[in-house]
Amino acid sequence: MELLSLSPPGWGGNLLRGLVNSLQIAFGAFGLGLVIGLFGAYGKLYGGVVIRDLLGIYTTVIRAVPELVLILILYYVGTDLINKAAEAMGYGRVEISGVVAGIWVLGIVQGAYSTEVLRGAIQAVPKGQMEAARAYGMPALLVMRRVTIPAMMSFAVPGLANLWLIATKDTALLAIVGFSELTLETKQAAASTRAYFTFFLAAGALYLIVTLLSGVVFGRIEKWARRGQPSLRAGQSR
Amino acid sequence: MGLDDNLAQEVGQNTANDAITVTDLHKSFGTLEVLKGVSLTARKGDVVAIIGGSGSGKSTLLRCINFLETPSSGKITVGGEDIEMRADGSPANRRQLERIRTRLAMVFQGFNLWTHRTLLENVIEVPVYVLKIPRAEAIRNAKVLLDRVGLGDKADTFPSFLSGGQQQRAAIARALAVDPSVMLFDEPTSALDPELVGEVLTVIRDLAAEGRTMLLVTHEMKFAREVASHIIYLYEGLIEEQGPPDEVFGNPKSPRLQQFLKTVGW
Ligand SMILES: Nc1ncnc2c1ncn2[C@@H]1O[C@H](COP(=O)(O)OP(=O)(O)O)[C@@H](O)[C@H]1O
Ligand SMILES: [Mg+2]
Repeated sequence: MELLSLSPPGWGGNLLRGLVNSLQIAFGAFGLGLVIGLFGAYGKLYGGVVIRDLLGIYTTVIRAVPELVLILILYYVGTDLINKAAEAMGYGRVEISGVVAGIWVLGIVQGAYSTEVLRGAIQAVPKGQMEAARAYGMPALLVMRRVTIPAMMSFAVPGLANLWLIATKDTALLAIVGFSELTLETKQAAASTRAYFTFFLAAGALYLIVTLLSGVVFGRIEKWARRGQPSLRAGQSR
Repeated sequence: MGLDDNLAQEVGQNTANDAITVTDLHKSFGTLEVLKGVSLTARKGDVVAIIGGSGSGKSTLLRCINFLETPSSGKITVGGEDIEMRADGSPANRRQLERIRTRLAMVFQGFNLWTHRTLLENVIEVPVYVLKIPRAEAIRNAKVLLDRVGLGDKADTFPSFLSGGQQQRAAIARALAVDPSVMLFDEPTSALDPELVGEVLTVIRDLAAEGRTMLLVTHEMKFAREVASHIIYLYEGLIEEQGPPDEVFGNPKSPRLQQFLKTVGW
């Protein structure tokens, strides 16, 4: 058990640092994915032919290729492109922070899924809601901010909750590019001490705790998002 | 009037006596021509009732007036100001259209209240976020309006917890909150259970009596005859007959109108 203690020679501190890194990336990627997803969803619904086709390619390719492969491609191609660009502009090679790279890579993946979740949610909002807003003189962006986005939340939250959980677990894939998130830290701790079982069990428990807490938080968010709708379970009627 | 007079002056700066004029309005959906040249005028205080069979273009007419549908051609004038249009009928000046829309309050057949907001939030939404009226003042106005439509005790309730009649009355309060120069009603009681129709008609009747200008699409012939100053009978996208209620209902000239009145059990 002292293997897990927070201060050396225990490895608990490393595991927690890995967890914090994982959560940071998951959070950033999820947020970036939401932003991409919102633009993607609006682009798919209201964009011109070119935009719709490009977005179609984006969401299809990202969802078709295994995430591990995508991460390798995006990470190496991405860092390569940035360095080429930096050199072209006369800077030397730039050191790319693992967290930032991880957020970008996973964010682009998340964005494809978010696009589909949000597109479906926007389509589920009764048209009359947006129409009333337009009829009363709201400009398009205000309609989006005050009506469409809040009204679609109840349809989007379950799908987004799934995406968040996927984001937390996809951070483990970043181990392959040497980023010290929870899984890589665990592997190192296990290898150094040969206590594989202890450490992977501990890591599994940490992932499980994150999932359980996320469930509570998203449950609250969903309840809030559905505040205007009679509860199905209570059989509340008009 | 249940509203601040300041608000009335801020919102309706029109000086002309005609609240709204529609000139030679055409609208096609693809090859289907739904409006074939409709013209009408409502002066301040007029209640113009629009009647006609299903599919005759009544909703399309109302929706073209505030450009929820883009007219194919024609002209819409609100308080003496033409809505700027391109050659294809699309609005040429977004900001002007948005400003004019705040003076045209629409009441929909399906209510279209914002379901994620309470009644009070629904009523203050446009005053606060579009007209930029201070929130406290908007809330004060909204409470007066909700009281007026008999929903003072439901201010903090969400729309889906209310009956259709209550929702429609709330939608009317939302419309009144912008102190509109013209109210557009599209079959406001058609989605209601029969026993709830009366409570909504009572509210509309009050508004007519206080001199609100309105265009009212309705299937309630008795009501139309009672509150309207002018009746327009629409048939396949054209005005087939119009005039004062007593003439249109008492002595219809067009055989189509006679037939129509018979089918609705007049
Ligand atoms: N968005 C639309 N696209 C195509 N056709 C439409 C659309 N809206 C209405 N129409 C058609 O226009 C005609 C008139 O419709 P509408 O104005 O709703 O009639 P009313 O309100 O008098 O019943 C109908 O034939 C209807 O099918
Ligand atoms: Mg209609």
